[in-house]
Amino acid sequence: MGVILDVTDLHIEFHDHGFPEVAVEDFDLMLEEGEIVGIVGESGSGKSMSALAIAGLLSRHSITKTGRIMFNGDDLLTCDRKTLRSYQGDEISMIFQEPMTSLNPVKRIGWQVEESLFIHHPDIDKKKRKEMAIEMMLAVGLSDAENIYHMYPHELSGGMRQRVMIAAAMIGNPKILIADEPTTALDVTVQAQIVELLKKINKERGTSIIFISHDLSLVNQLCERVIVMQKGNIVESGATERVFGAPQDIYTKKLIAAIPKIDIGN
Amino acid sequence: MRNKCAEVIKKIKKDPYMCAGVIITVIILLMIVVGLFWMPYEPTKMSASEKLKGISFKHIMGTDNMGRDVFSRVMYGSRVTFLIALGTVFIGAFMGTLIGALTGYYGGLFDEITMRVIDAMFAFPSILLALVIVSVFGTGWIQLLFSLGIAFIPSFARIVRGEVLRCRNTDYVESAKLQGVSDVRMIFVHILPNIKGVLASSILIGFNNAVLAEAGLSYLGVGSQPPYASLGKMLSDAQQYMFTTPSYCLCPGLVIVLMVLGFSFLGEGIRRWE
Ligand SMILES: Nc1ncnc2c1ncn2[C@@H]1O[C@H](COP(=O)(O)OP(=O)(O)OP(=O)(O)O)[C@@H](O)[C@H]1O
Ligand SMILES: [Mg+2]
Repeated sequence: MGVILDVTDLHIEFHDHGFPEVAVEDFDLMLEEGEIVGIVGESGSGKSMSALAIAGLLSRHSITKTGRIMFNGDDLLTCDRKTLRSYQGDEISMIFQEPMTSLNPVKRIGWQVEESLFIHHPDIDKKKRKEMAIEMMLAVGLSDAENIYHMYPHELSGGMRQRVMIAAAMIGNPKILIADEPTTALDVTVQAQIVELLKKINKERGTSIIFISHDLSLVNQLCERVIVMQKGNIVESGATERVFGAPQDIYTKKLIAAIPKIDIGN
Repeated sequence: MRNKCAEVIKKIKKDPYMCAGVIITVIILLMIVVGLFWMPYEPTKMSASEKLKGISFKHIMGTDNMGRDVFSRVMYGSRVTFLIALGTVFIGAFMGTLIGALTGYYGGLFDEITMRVIDAMFAFPSILLALVIVSVFGTGWIQLLFSLGIAFIPSFARIVRGEVLRCRNTDYVESAKLQGVSDVRMIFVHILPNIKGVLASSILIGFNNAVLAEAGLSYLGVGSQPPYASLGKMLSDAQQYMFTTPSYCLCPGLVIVLMVLGFSFLGEGIRRWE
């Protein structure tokens, strides 16, 4: 097992309002091949910003980023756009919190699932692309793939859309999948299904996953390692069992204490 | 396929705007298309003995001051007007969409500069702007078409820019970016299809404005040249006979009104389609 992604000293600063606003400070992450790492922390702690930086989506002028994000020998923060683009969607994929708005409303599902194949592997012909899309859709649990292929996003439920997003993200067989609160907008049973799906993808394809969530119990179920963030800083990180079993930091303790415990009878 | 057609027709029948729009537009188009193959008289043929006749069986829209058949001339004139309006909208919509999409998507200094130029153009009424351009390029229907086309760019550019700006920050554009979609593909394949509804109704409205602008410019004498006249030119020629032979100016006027009305209704119908 080797290190696939190495983030060191990531620092993100906004200059939207005339003065620097720090969103992320000294973020470090070593992602091993085939590993699932969780990032937890309160709202506004910089989880999404770190993830977006890794995915190469923070390219606005008013944002300064320092540090290094090493992937495949390239620093994703400084490499040229072409190199970055060749990774995006093919080697590094991301899914968002809002499955309702993350799909293009006027494009058919099949088209959207195939898009990254179309971009990164233009040599694959149409028929083969469709085959691969259907196969991927079946793999993420869309059993009616043949029909869904021709549908539009508004015809699907939130859970199905999130599966479509995962199918679209996974079709190029990326090495890293970043999931930013992929289950927050879904109900509890669907949440559990999506988490199972991510687990299955990780096991069968060896995809490394960065799983961002508010939900510590989901993180506990899914991740081997966890990073706890507060106000743009990492306050604690380590094996999930260790962090949740014997938290060192006060903030982590508070977070864990805040998990609602349900006692049913017994 | 047949099922789909029936469904569309049913939907059209349900909406009075769409219904009226389709009927009126079909009548106008029919007149233009038939005029390509057949007209009751040669539109330029003069007749000294039949000057300024009113409506009759022989001339269903009467004749003009040179004894030419007004109906034949209206048929021909609607073709000229229609083509100029179509060309105008095509140039305006094409260039406007291109400029609006690029400025909206990229923003920054490029957007800032381009939009100030567009704003400056927008500050003049398009007729005035076209008039200026015509006076530089000379008169004739090709010149007219291009000057009107250029004059129509700003309004399309603004509309498209606004829409692209709205789409640019949506989640689906972000996720497409994450898939490594290039800028060109993002703008034209991912974003533009999302604004085609807005674009379609602006094109119809633009078409109307173009018909009216063409009529206005021809009225001022800078449009198509005699003996082949557009509707606007006919109207301006007819005005001095307004009281002696009302049919001469009423008929082309009516056709202009119908053309504009038909497309307005269509535009409204499309807006309410969903
Ligand atoms: N345009 C901006 N200008 C200044 N600060 C910003 C801007 N966008 C985001 N931030 C700041 O960046 C910080 C990190 O936000 P981020 O979205 O990463 O939080 P998060 O941990 O993902 O929260 P959530 O759990 O709600 O998704 C926040 O404190 C936010 O205020
Ligand atoms: Mg977030």
